[in-house]
Amino acid sequence: MSSDDTPHFDTLCIHAGAQPDPTTGARATPIYQTTSFVFDDVDHAASLFGLQAFGNIYTRIMNPTQAVLEERIAALEGGTAALACASGHGAQLLIFHALMEPGDEFVAVGQLYGGSINQFNHSFKKFDWNVNWADATDLSTIEKAVTPKTKLIFIESIANPGGVVVDIAGISKIARAAGVPLVVDNTLATPYLCRPIEHGADIIVHSLTKFIGGHGNSMGGVIVDAGTFNWSREGRYPTLSEPCESYHGLKLHETFGPIAFAIACRVLGMRDLGPCISPMNAFLIIQGMETLSLRMKKHCENTMVVADWLNEHKDVAWVSYAGLPGDRHNKLAQKYCPQGAGAVFTFGLRGGYEAGVKVVSNVEMISHLANIGDVRTLIIHPSSTTHRQLSEHQQIAAGAGPDVLRLSIGLEDPSDIIKDLEQALASAV
Amino acid sequence: MQHDTYSEAYIRKILQDVKTIAMVGASANDVRPSYFAMKYLLTKEYNIVPVNPREAGREILGQKVFSSLSEIDQPVDMVDIFRNSEAADALTDEAIAIGAKVVWMQLRVRNDAAAERAEKAGLKVVMDRCPKMEYGKLSGEWGWLGAVSGRISSKRAVLFGNRIQSLSIATRGS
Repeated sequence: MSSDDTPHFDTLCIHAGAQPDPTTGARATPIYQTTSFVFDDVDHAASLFGLQAFGNIYTRIMNPTQAVLEERIAALEGGTAALACASGHGAQLLIFHALMEPGDEFVAVGQLYGGSINQFNHSFKKFDWNVNWADATDLSTIEKAVTPKTKLIFIESIANPGGVVVDIAGISKIARAAGVPLVVDNTLATPYLCRPIEHGADIIVHSLTKFIGGHGNSMGGVIVDAGTFNWSREGRYPTLSEPCESYHGLKLHETFGPIAFAIACRVLGMRDLGPCISPMNAFLIIQGMETLSLRMKKHCENTMVVADWLNEHKDVAWVSYAGLPGDRHNKLAQKYCPQGAGAVFTFGLRGGYEAGVKVVSNVEMISHLANIGDVRTLIIHPSSTTHRQLSEHQQIAAGAGPDVLRLSIGLEDPSDIIKDLEQALASAV
Repeated sequence: MQHDTYSEAYIRKILQDVKTIAMVGASANDVRPSYFAMKYLLTKEYNIVPVNPREAGREILGQKVFSSLSEIDQPVDMVDIFRNSEAADALTDEAIAIGAKVVWMQLRVRNDAAAERAEKAGLKVVMDRCPKMEYGKLSGEWGWLGAVSGRISSKRAVLFGNRIQSLSIATRGS
C-alpha cells in the first residue's frame, strides 16, 4: 500500500488491526476465548496446516484477539508483521530459536534488563547459543565482539535501568557490515518515543507487560519483523532460507517474503516451544495501546518534574535520566526520543546502599515492586532484586550498582509523587 | 506511473475486475509459492489458467496447463508472472499480444521497461507484489497473521460466500 495513505500514530493506536466483527458487528475487539477453530472441510484444514490459506487453527499458533494486538504494534513500529508471546522473555526465546544454531554466537551490550542478561548468560548457554558482551556506550567494543559465528546483535533502545540511550543507527551500521540483523528491545521507549526500525533495526522485541499494556495487569511480549533483512543472501539463516522439513520442504523466506521472520517465529518456534499469550491478556493490552500516546506524554512530563526535583535534593548524589539537560545521554535522547526519554530512571543517595534500602521501605503511595511501566509510580532497589543474580561488576556495568534506586514514574499528580519521595528521603538519612 | 507504491484503490479495482488469470510459472509442487497463490486464488473463485511448458497438457489443482500464453484457448484478463525479472520482458509482450488487461509481476520481480511498454499498450501493471497477499490485505485475512495491511476501516469485513474464515474484497452491498 502507498505510504502516503498511512494514518498517523495516534490513529493507529486506536484502529490498526481492528475491524468490526463480520458476523456480529462488535466494534471493540472481542475476546476469542477459545482454544480451537472449526474447519470448513478436510481440504480447508489441510490448506491451513500447510500454510496455504490464511486462518486460525489453534490458539497456541494464532488467535483473532491476539492478531489485532499484533497488527497494531507492528503498524506502530513501522514493521510488516508481529507475533505476540506470553512474555518479553518468551519473545526473545523465539527470536533466537529462529536465528541461532548450536555453537553460534551473538553480541549483546551490558546495558540490558537484568533478566535478559541472565537469559543470555545461563539459559541460552544450555542451547549452545553463546553471548559476546560489549559496551553500548563504546561502539568499538561491539565491532570487536563480532566474529564469523555472530548471528545477531542485541540492544535496548533506552536501557533498563540505567537511563542509557543507545546509538541505534551507529550499531545498525556495524550489524549491516557484519551481515547480521540488529535486534532492539524497545520496551522502555515504546514506539511513541522511538521507532528503531527508522534507525536501521531489523527486529523489535517488547515486553508488552510494561508501557504498552500500561496498567500493570497483564503479561505479554511481542516480536516485530521490520521486513528489511535478506535472510536468503548468504544462507546463514537456514531456518528461513532452506527447505523446512516439518512443512514438506517449504522455504519460509521464499514463500512469505517480507513477513518471513515473524512467520518463522510463529509456525516453528511458537508451534514447538509454545509460549503463547492468552486472548484475555491480548485484549487487556489492546485496551492499553489505545491510550499509549496520552499516557507516554504524561509519563514523560511527570518524570521530568520528579527527576528535576531529585536532582536538586541535598541527599541525592546523582540522577541518571537522559531527559535532563546536561545528562551524559541527553544528546542521544534528543536524537532518538525527542518527545521524552521515557519514565524509568535511576538515582543514587549520598547515604549509599543503606539509605537506598530505607527509601524503598519508607515510601507510602509509591509501590515497591519488580515491574515498570505502570500507571502507578514504582520503585525498586535493583542490586537486591532484579539484578541480584549478577556480580557487582555486572551490576555496575548494567547501571544497577549497590547504591542505585530505580523509579518508574506513573500518572499520578507529580506533586504527590514528590511528596511521597520527600518523606521517604527525610526519614532515610 | 511510478511502481514503488500502489494505492489501495488501484489494487482493489484490479482484483475486483479480473476474472481469468493466466499464471506463468505455475508449479505442480505443492510447497512452491506459485502453488500456494494458485490454490488461494481458486478458493476466491478466480478462473486460473496455469502456464508451464514442462507441465503442458497435465493438470495443476484441476486446471489444464498450457505451454505458453499464446496457446490459451480463452480470453485472459490478467497475466501473473511467477518468473524472474528478465523473463518478465518477453512475457509482458506476449501478455500485450493476447489482449490481457493487466500484467502482474510477483514479489521480487520487477521490469520497468516492460512495464512502460505494457502501460503504453493500455494495460495496468503491478510489480513486486503477490496477488494472494494483496487480496488478504484488502479483505482483512492478512491481519490474521499479525501482518500489517495498512488499512483502517469501521465497516464490517465481508464474508466470502458461506465459508468459515474466508473474507471477500467485494464492496458491501454489491
